[in-house]
Amino acid sequence: MNSTSLLVFDVLLLVSILSLAWASLATRDARNSVILFMAFGLVLAVAWSRLMAPDVALAEAAIGSGLSGALLLAAVYRSRGQQPAAQQQSTGEHNTSAATVAARWAVTLLSAAVAGVLAWALLHASGSAPHDTLPLAIAANLDASGVSNPVTAVLLNFRAYDTLLELAVLLTAVLGIFALGPAAAGYRPAGPVFAGLTRWLVPLLILAAGYLLWAGAHAPGGAFQAGATLAAAGVVLRLAGRQHIGLPAGGTLRVLIAAGAGVFLTVGLVLFMTGRPFLGYPTAWAGTLILLIESAAMLAIAATLVLAFVGGRPQAAGTPAHTAGAKPVPGNPGKE
Amino acid sequence: MADILAAILILAGLFFYLAGSIGLLRLPDLYSRLHALTKADNLGLGLLVAGLAVHAQDLLTALKLVLIWLAVLAASAASSHLIAQHAHRQEAED
Amino acid sequence: MLTTQLLYGLAACFIVALGLRTALLHASLLHRVIAINVMGAGVFMLLIAVAYRGPGQQPDPLPHALVLTGIVVAVSATALALALARRLAAEHDDD
Repeated sequence: MNSTSLLVFDVLLLVSILSLAWASLATRDARNSVILFMAFGLVLAVAWSRLMAPDVALAEAAIGSGLSGALLLAAVYRSRGQQPAAQQQSTGEHNTSAATVAARWAVTLLSAAVAGVLAWALLHASGSAPHDTLPLAIAANLDASGVSNPVTAVLLNFRAYDTLLELAVLLTAVLGIFALGPAAAGYRPAGPVFAGLTRWLVPLLILAAGYLLWAGAHAPGGAFQAGATLAAAGVVLRLAGRQHIGLPAGGTLRVLIAAGAGVFLTVGLVLFMTGRPFLGYPTAWAGTLILLIESAAMLAIAATLVLAFVGGRPQAAGTPAHTAGAKPVPGNPGKE
Repeated sequence: MADILAAILILAGLFFYLAGSIGLLRLPDLYSRLHALTKADNLGLGLLVAGLAVHAQDLLTALKLVLIWLAVLAASAASSHLIAQHAHRQEAED
Repeated sequence: MLTTQLLYGLAACFIVALGLRTALLHASLLHRVIAINVMGAGVFMLLIAVAYRGPGQQPDPLPHALVLTGIVVAVSATALALALARRLAAEHDDD
């Protein structure tokens, strides 16, 4: 491809990314800010694809833009139900008194200084040739790792310990969300259009999640992208006012969300007790073990993200699906 | 030859996207904006997908692209319906 | 390759500054959460720009794995922050 046209493309892409980031942070209205942030995430996914990072692009589109946007929008609408419309606009930055103006300038200079340090480090590092010892080591050991996608190999084999800790972070977040209170009652049942959409969208999402999990071994994909797609199915069911959003009840749910880190830890400990290093897979078993861990991780990630969207401890089965006061998502006014 | 056809289709798709964006900026109220945006963007995406399918290496990729277009079609139709219904209900409450 | 790295890297530094400023200054909690996410996106862009090796070669997979982990951690932190904000608002209303 012609390098000048690629440069033009890069410049246009970066201009739109920066404009969207600026607009998202400068808007007073909370809902506009969230919608611009979702657009920012999607254009960012295009940038990741351009920089030859398709796994990251998939994750950014699904998790960074889609699920984060859904979480933020749900928070915006939940707070709108608690406040009258007059207080919707954020007060923006603090009032302009002399002291606060100085504080604002100080923070701006601090941010510029942080950016300057990063830029200096980048320019300094780009002056020398890239350190390729790690990428070469990854490429050399890829055959023994059990998968052929290098990013999956790094995540689930070479740096498996980091992924274990990441799953523990997810578990901690959902435990914190559980501890902060019960979930709100759901939305009212969807009208015929949305219900019809759900009927074919949810099976498609489940199928896509299974495919992403399987394809992660040899193509862009993997447990995180698959988990996010599955979580999207759960979010769609929740928005359609369904009582059952794919999460099991009570004790099974707790086992499910612990299963991600749990299976990972169990595999590591079993390997450790049979004399191998912790999470040191034997070469013949590596592919199977990775698939096992990824399956448990996908289910745990999906359950965690759906619970994050639900926003609290799930209600026991049998509670009514209608809200008490919060503004629900559009559904049919009462005739179904 | 296939490349020229693909380029023409993609440019036609971009024209429809531009038309939809102009409609978003210029039309007076929510419903007309939704109408313009959904219709123009769906057609634009269809032409874009057609151009990419012509350019694709094999039939399977082309079919996957068409599947993407169909999914976006259904999802955008449903979501624009929901937005319009919500706005209508807001107006009825005021 | 080098110009692409520098272009995206410098844009990333600017995005980090943008996010940091709004995270420290803005009054609304929601805007601050969004700003921290934007800061995170800037950091991810820096990592992926550094991992890029040019149009012909495979990029360095290690920063990609780090960014993937970072995206998931960012969304779980956002979820916890929003749950905390909701609880804070509920407590504030009760007073």
